[in-house]
Amino acid sequence: MSNPLEASEVLYREFPEIRAWLLQIGAALDRMERGIGSVADDPRRQSIDEALRLLLASGADRAEQIQLLFSLRYDPNWKQEFALPARH
Amino acid sequence: MQYIDPHIHMVSRVTDDYETLARMGCVGMSEPAFWAGFDRSSADSFRDYFRQLTDFEPRRAESFGIQHFTWICINAKEAENVRLARDVIGLIPEFLQLPGVLGIGEIGLNKNTRNESIIFFEQVELAERLSEQILIHTPHLHDKYKGTRMILDMLADFPRLARRRVLVDHVEEHTIRGVLEAGYWAGMTLYPVSKCTPQRAVDMVEMYGPERLLVNSAGDWGPSKPTAVPDFIVAMRRRGHPESLIKRIVYDNPVEFFRQSRNFKLPGEKVATTATVPAPTPAAAPSPGKATRALTI
Repeated sequence: MSNPLEASEVLYREFPEIRAWLLQIGAALDRMERGIGSVADDPRRQSIDEALRLLLASGADRAEQIQLLFSLRYDPNWKQEFALPARH
Repeated sequence: MQYIDPHIHMVSRVTDDYETLARMGCVGMSEPAFWAGFDRSSADSFRDYFRQLTDFEPRRAESFGIQHFTWICINAKEAENVRLARDVIGLIPEFLQLPGVLGIGEIGLNKNTRNESIIFFEQVELAERLSEQILIHTPHLHDKYKGTRMILDMLADFPRLARRRVLVDHVEEHTIRGVLEAGYWAGMTLYPVSKCTPQRAVDMVEMYGPERLLVNSAGDWGPSKPTAVPDFIVAMRRRGHPESLIKRIVYDNPVEFFRQSRNFKLPGEKVATTATVPAPTPAAAPSPGKATRALTI
């Protein structure tokens, strides 16, 4: 199944919102710059930069990639760490 | 269009919301047991809450022509208190016998802790033993991916559990694929800020198709929108999707999933199955109310 709309139609419909969201992000980053002190070393600030880089990548999975960027790491051996009782 | 909201917390909503939902086409809903916004002090508090879910809310819904179903459990957040959680688990079987109770839920993880995992495990064991359906809560925000993977790991330890009878809720772009590929149902929750928008839910329908996919509002006591499913319907229409596809997701799919519970029936139907349930636990506390309501849509 795919999006039944033409790409140009999506752009036409969503351009005003995208413009507004970009302005929100730009203004929030400006606010941090004008604030007292620096957040340059804060991992959250760095993850915002990484998310912006992901937006510039090609492909159709940007939303998934950004979700993963903002997610805790999964350790497949977590059950051993928790010493959960085995079940068979 | 008539629709069913498969996950909404009406105990947190005013009666006017029932009327609004009815006006917007809502004909059915299911309400999982959840965290009340504060930690309860005893199992008796849960007993009263379960009576509210199985008796009072169905009657409030019925007065607006809405069929109300529910799920019973100890939620992930209060599962951190293992002793309390086990007391509450002891209450579950007697409530599972009541009309409109679809199974055990919403169990799951909140902060992905050991205690939460232990109680999740024990409630899945109970569901498997009693042949009950399961509705699962996955964590919010940065905990979601890790917690969803942990939940899928634990479910895999139950090979006799019918995957088509398990709903993993609050999926987003980074968790939906794993849930569907494992054979479970997936629920998309339309929720401001912390979950999914109607537009992104439509994106996921387009990417993964309508099979085993549900959409809900999870309307509760926090910032949320109980009419989010109609927003999804409008978003689907604006994309040009046919009415048949929209109906499949907002009505046919919930019915298909719920129908696997012995306590689900549409108006005029007989109860689907006769699964064996243990006798009620004798208790000094009041028994759950006898729900004798006539369900009408």
